[in-house]
Amino acid sequence: MPNLDPAQTDSPARGRRWANLLLGGGVLASIGSFLYPALRYIIPPAVAESTSRSVIAAKAGELKPNTGKIFKFGSKPGILIRTREGGYKAFSAVCTHLNCTVQYRDDTRQIWCACHNGTYDLEGRNVSGPPPRPLEEFTVNVQGEDIVVARKA
Amino acid sequence: MSTQATQVAQRSRLLAWLDERFGTGSVEEFIRHKTVPQHRHSLWYYFGGMTLFLFTIQVLTGILLLLYYRPTPNDAFESVQYIMTQVRFGWLIRSVHSWSANLMIFAVFVHMFSVFFLKAYRKPRELTWISGMLLLFIVLGFGFSGYLLPWNTLAFFATKVGTEMAGSIPFIGKWILIFLRGGEEVTGATLTRFFGFHVAVLPGLATVLLATHLLLVQHLGMSVPPGVERRIAEGKEPARSMPFFPTFLLHDLMGWYAALGVLGALAAIFPWELGTKADAFASAPAGIRPEWYFVFMFQTLKFLPPKILFLEGEFAGLLGFGLAAAVWIAVPFIDRRAGFGRVSRFFTGLGVFALGYIAVMSALAYWH
Amino acid sequence: MKLCPTVVFAGHAECSTISVPSQSGVCYDHRRRIDDCRLTIDDWKRRVGKPRGPLNGPSTILNMPFFQSSIVNRQSSILLSGQWSGYHWPRTALPLLFTLLFAAAPGWTATKDSCATCHATLDGDLAQPAKAFDADIHHQAGLSCADCHGGNPNDDSMDAMSPARGFRGVPKRNQIPEFCARCHADENYIRGFNPKLRTDQLSQYVTSVHGKRLKQGDVKVATCIDCHSVHNIFAVADTRAPVYPTNVASTCARCHADSHTMEGYKIPTDQVAKYQKSVHAQVLAQGDTSAPTCTTCHGNHGATPPGLSSVANVCGTCHVFFAQLFDKSPHKAAFASMGLPGCVQCHSNHEIVHPVDDWVGVGEKAVCVNCHAQGDKGYVAAQTMSEDLAKLKDSYHRAEDVLNQAERSGMEVSSAKLELGDANEDLIKARVNVHAFRAEAVEKLTDQGVGISQKAEQAGVLALKERDARRKGLGLSLIFIVAAIAGLYLKVRDIESRPQS
Repeated sequence: MPNLDPAQTDSPARGRRWANLLLGGGVLASIGSFLYPALRYIIPPAVAESTSRSVIAAKAGELKPNTGKIFKFGSKPGILIRTREGGYKAFSAVCTHLNCTVQYRDDTRQIWCACHNGTYDLEGRNVSGPPPRPLEEFTVNVQGEDIVVARKA
Repeated sequence: MSTQATQVAQRSRLLAWLDERFGTGSVEEFIRHKTVPQHRHSLWYYFGGMTLFLFTIQVLTGILLLLYYRPTPNDAFESVQYIMTQVRFGWLIRSVHSWSANLMIFAVFVHMFSVFFLKAYRKPRELTWISGMLLLFIVLGFGFSGYLLPWNTLAFFATKVGTEMAGSIPFIGKWILIFLRGGEEVTGATLTRFFGFHVAVLPGLATVLLATHLLLVQHLGMSVPPGVERRIAEGKEPARSMPFFPTFLLHDLMGWYAALGVLGALAAIFPWELGTKADAFASAPAGIRPEWYFVFMFQTLKFLPPKILFLEGEFAGLLGFGLAAAVWIAVPFIDRRAGFGRVSRFFTGLGVFALGYIAVMSALAYWH
Repeated sequence: MKLCPTVVFAGHAECSTISVPSQSGVCYDHRRRIDDCRLTIDDWKRRVGKPRGPLNGPSTILNMPFFQSSIVNRQSSILLSGQWSGYHWPRTALPLLFTLLFAAAPGWTATKDSCATCHATLDGDLAQPAKAFDADIHHQAGLSCADCHGGNPNDDSMDAMSPARGFRGVPKRNQIPEFCARCHADENYIRGFNPKLRTDQLSQYVTSVHGKRLKQGDVKVATCIDCHSVHNIFAVADTRAPVYPTNVASTCARCHADSHTMEGYKIPTDQVAKYQKSVHAQVLAQGDTSAPTCTTCHGNHGATPPGLSSVANVCGTCHVFFAQLFDKSPHKAAFASMGLPGCVQCHSNHEIVHPVDDWVGVGEKAVCVNCHAQGDKGYVAAQTMSEDLAKLKDSYHRAEDVLNQAERSGMEVSSAKLELGDANEDLIKARVNVHAFRAEAVEKLTDQGVGISQKAEQAGVLALKERDARRKGLGLSLIFIVAAIAGLYLKVRDIESRPQS
């Protein structure tokens, strides 16, 4: 690079210095602004990943027979019920009437919506009150200590 | 200056070291002498480089996405959601990947049509054209397979429709459909396959083809359009050129930087949507349509009657597109006039027709 | 095809001991059996043609040991052995018997019916029953004209319709309920067709306004056929039936919306028109056949308007919560003492539209101010409840707006939206609790809902802040990018301005 002598022509050289500064600074800073997100991205966040297709709704022995529990299933609530006989049942806990969250009633042994007294039986069928449709049923698997609820495939 | 002199000396020492081991001297020599013709159509030369740049972005962001993405129907949607919400700058990486994919496909089309209209495919660049066309198909394959990976409703049904079309081909259609879907239906098996295509098969093919394509370009140099060539021969225009390094490359860099800015802005202002998780039993959402670059084909098939002669309408459409693609690939061999450097109005007309057809069909699809 | 065990009928010599294959698998009673029996004999005659040997005429046939068998299942062994009780079958009779048993079977439904044959050739009203009857549930169940109207359907002459043959003809309007009840109040008979079908229709009907008036000689009132139609009667579950849930209102409307018919009864004729505007009619039209229609509240066979005191009970059969809250509320005693009906006081009776929050409170649309005036306790309670509901709605919508805005800008706020759902639930419950008519019952829920909404709104605000941070980051990065581009541009210009070396 023979033409880089600033003594030769003063103003183009100063312009050239400016250009180099702008270029170098811009490139360095912009590369920084690309690398920073990428590096931050690589560091895994503290929140563990979750899936909504299946979820551990409870631990074995957590639920006594004839009780129920609400769990978070993806972005919606689900209800896990342990029947009097000891079996597990799981449904979407979103009432088909106005989207309230349903609950298990141990006295009537039904799924019940507190908003308008809608009831569902333990098959999820809407048996009385305003609900127009049955609850979506999920499958329940006991995997070791975990009660795993999954959407029916 | 002495410091600069030392720098230059150091640089050449390093090059010499490399030259001894890799023979980089010839490359350096080649780059030093490589020039790019300069004329009124020079602008179009940049789209190949732009595509390559966007492809690089795809590779980089794709690798980053692989850190968190999980290709199973149970986890795919959730993992993308996790990337979008929990991972720092995950939204940026994923949005850039999606936006850049679309910009790349756009750039590929611009590159392809500019080559077509400037007749850069003519002898001796037939293989460059063919490898480029194959790369275009691979890019479309990237788009089609990548679209399904977030496993959302829209992608699920678009894939269903898209693969269904393959099934309309007689005799082998069913086989292709099962090959693509990994079964009779779009299921988790399809997702696994598409993931495999997207991150292994297609990148592998693309690497080989891209290497071929770039080597051919370097070997043959940039094509000067026949019109410009004639004007130079007639002395109406001087034969100008610019050195590839650094001038053309710096121009390229400017374009790439601009693209980066656009990508960042798109990602920050319009983060790519996630949609709702695919549910095989849900009814298809209204207005499902493929990605914009497939829309013209989709729309054509919609217009076709159920039966054309003795063929199923859909198959006839696919056959038509297949033949058109074959002709398109074979253009360097068909277009004899351009091969001899003469005007070939017919093929220019064909290009205008193709461009018009794609534009009109796409416009019709988005109109409704 | 099941074979019925033999039934012995007195007074019908021909039929006395015959086993009748019945396609429906039901053993019919007496009336039916005769027809089947006749068919057997006629059919026998036709198919056998000139009988040989011992097969020569009905009396002989019926005396044959085969027909005297009381255990049908043994028939097969007879056929195979060709022998029964020492009677020796001629070998030629064997194929004939097969013919009888198997070929005759499809003929059971093709009962000869001179009523239908003859009436179909007549004009107008006289032909209509014969034509319409094909699709009628009674015809589907295997009954014929004669089963209701009596007479002899095998007789081609007019004698078929002689009272001596048991012909009952067309009942007068005031006889219709009993005419139908002949079978429909007969539990044993009905059980043979549909064990679930009730048989109390007549006993209910006589308690209804329709039934009482009919007894007093008013033949304009509805009888069985006015709702169920006459010769094309369908099951209640059949969508073509006028008594199918979605058709009930228009069936009642045929009389009750006709001012001419209702003249003299001093009741309005706009009930159905009002009902059609109700939320009940809307839900029913959407396909929920459990939604109430006229008969749900008024009863069907015992149709009577519910009394003042029973209104809350009627509504409460479905709207349990509201009835319970109302029962414990101060309104219960107050309404009773003033002789006001419960629910319908605010919700009206037929035009039960979807309630809105404006009904609560002291505003223009409020129903509370119909009774409560400024200064009394109820007025204050109404005002408080209305304000509490408004407060919750306001904070809910604010949170929703912020979250939607964040979502539109591409921020992921689904978990905040999920939590906001609880506030909506509180709003729904608070609206229910209005029916306790105590401000505290509403306030407890609205306060809770407001708390949830505020948290969700916070999350939305944070998301918007994050969005702004992203844009700032973008801005910064863009500055660098522009600087780099500018630098590149200057560099290129510099290089190009230099003479080529």
